Amino acid sequence: MTLSLALEARDLSQLPSRRDEDWRWTDLRGLIRELPAPSPEVSADLSPGPFGDEGQAELLVVNGRVWGDVGLLTLAEGEARVVRLRFVSATAATGHGIKLAVSLAPGAHLTLLESYEGQAPDYLADAALNVRLETGARLERIVLASDHAEGVSVSTASVSLAPGAGFAQTVLTDGARRQRLETRVEHPGQSAAVRMDGAYLIADRRHADLTTAVNHAGTDGTTDQLVKGVVADQGRGVFQGRITVSPGADRTDARMGHHALLLSDRAEVNAKPELLIFADDVACAHGNTVGALDEDALFYAQQRGIPEAEARAMLTEAFIGEVIDRIVHDGAREVARAWAAKRRVG
Amino acid sequence: MLSIKNLHARVEAAEILKGLSLELPAGEVHAIMGPNGAGKSTLSYVLTGRQGYEVTDGTATLDGEDLLSLEANERAARGVFLSFQYPLEIPGVPAMTFLRTAMNAQHKARGEPEISATDFLKRAREVAGQLKMDFDMLKRPLNVGFSGGEKKRMEIFQMAMLSPRLLILDETDSGLDIDALKIVADGVNALRRPDRAMLVITHYQRLLDYIHPDKVHVLAAGRIAATGGPELAHELEREGYDKYARAA
Repeated sequence: MTLSLALEARDLSQLPSRRDEDWRWTDLRGLIRELPAPSPEVSADLSPGPFGDEGQAELLVVNGRVWGDVGLLTLAEGEARVVRLRFVSATAATGHGIKLAVSLAPGAHLTLLESYEGQAPDYLADAALNVRLETGARLERIVLASDHAEGVSVSTASVSLAPGAGFAQTVLTDGARRQRLETRVEHPGQSAAVRMDGAYLIADRRHADLTTAVNHAGTDGTTDQLVKGVVADQGRGVFQGRITVSPGADRTDARMGHHALLLSDRAEVNAKPELLIFADDVACAHGNTVGALDEDALFYAQQRGIPEAEARAMLTEAFIGEVIDRIVHDGAREVARAWAAKRRVG
Repeated sequence: MLSIKNLHARVEAAEILKGLSLELPAGEVHAIMGPNGAGKSTLSYVLTGRQGYEVTDGTATLDGEDLLSLEANERAARGVFLSFQYPLEIPGVPAMTFLRTAMNAQHKARGEPEISATDFLKRAREVAGQLKMDFDMLKRPLNVGFSGGEKKRMEIFQMAMLSPRLLILDETDSGLDIDALKIVADGVNALRRPDRAMLVITHYQRLLDYIHPDKVHVLAAGRIAATGGPELAHELEREGYDKYARAA
């Protein structure tokens, strides 16, 4: 059951609900009482997206319709490219979905600067990416989700890797009325490497759900994950991270960290870190913390002359900074840094 | 400079300071000594405006201005600096960034222009050189992974950069070996000036062999139980605090 199926079949009963374990904190069926009209075709918006003019090419998707050459997402052997992929929801009270394929031949290298841009309230948006990386191919995916406060958005990336491929992503979001950013990785091991980071900065009554699942099927694979969140007001953050080490996937090295700060009494974080290990001889670790801002550090900064609000902002920005520092693409890292500074919550 | 009169303060329900009075003139260094639990750290937090420390009576003024009604950062901008017993680690914020933010916040509060990046860097290099500090340390996140001695030296560095009028050193000697202690004490002594006052809070006399106080106050049970010259510190070292704890 997915939002995509519900939109296609125009059938509310296809929406995932809190009875689905994977969706218990991001209930769509309870939220959506009727399906909106399909989004109209509107002409491509030409104002720049959050990544500005970083990279060489842009693929624009407005209301579920592609403007541009989807071939930008298919890279031949040894080819390298930086592409902006923009998903724009432009029309209020309508719904749309899109499916795209990303395909990297052996040795290809793609940096994908992916943005979700909500320009009107009350939309339902679904985006599905099917990603295939062949041997030695590398993808760095930086996702910046700027949905509308009243938008509902689901993005799902299904990634499969060949041995020796490298997949790294950083998902940054400030939430929406309800929003899920999900990534599923089929990991063959055999020197393939995965990094799956994320940061959420949630205020007001927004909601963001970062869900990831990695399945290690072969030996000698690595997964490194760092997700951090800051939630203020009545915001809600959800982190579900599952790493499965299948039988025989020996010498897997998997690390998962999720750390969140709650800045108000009514802020909420739901975290479900899972390591399912069915192999011997593996190195797996996970750490999960949820807490308040360090009052001692706050006083220390104030004592040196920094006003409280500025000190709070500095400390939360530094907290998120650890995730942003791991972004490899220089331009994207600076965009992410500016985003975190601007989205200061609390 | 600093004038404290009949100060009463509590933390949660417990009254810690019970009528403390103290005059610290400009240019002088006063030591506050006392047994554990006498209220030494409470005094430093009350003077610097930490939340959770409630003043129930009395006054504290800096050059006639009421300190107690100001926010912690406003007091800092007026020139109050507390060197922490355990300086905090601030992951993700390079020491330079932290200090420049603090410096500019103080300048702004005083209506002075911001310090330019070039001027700041120049001054930081100068001061680091004087303190024999590795300049690269300032590029690292503040105090993260620093040794006890490095942290205290970083406090002295911040002190020298921010140039406060009233310095409060809270158990600056704790956790320092003798070499680190000398470096810290030299740094503090270099900051002595006729228009600057220092309050040195310590449990042991050791630090006072290196930072020579003009006066020594004994803090026991929330008030000043005795005041004397440097010889008082030696007496305390010999005889302990028992006499004062009992009298209180």
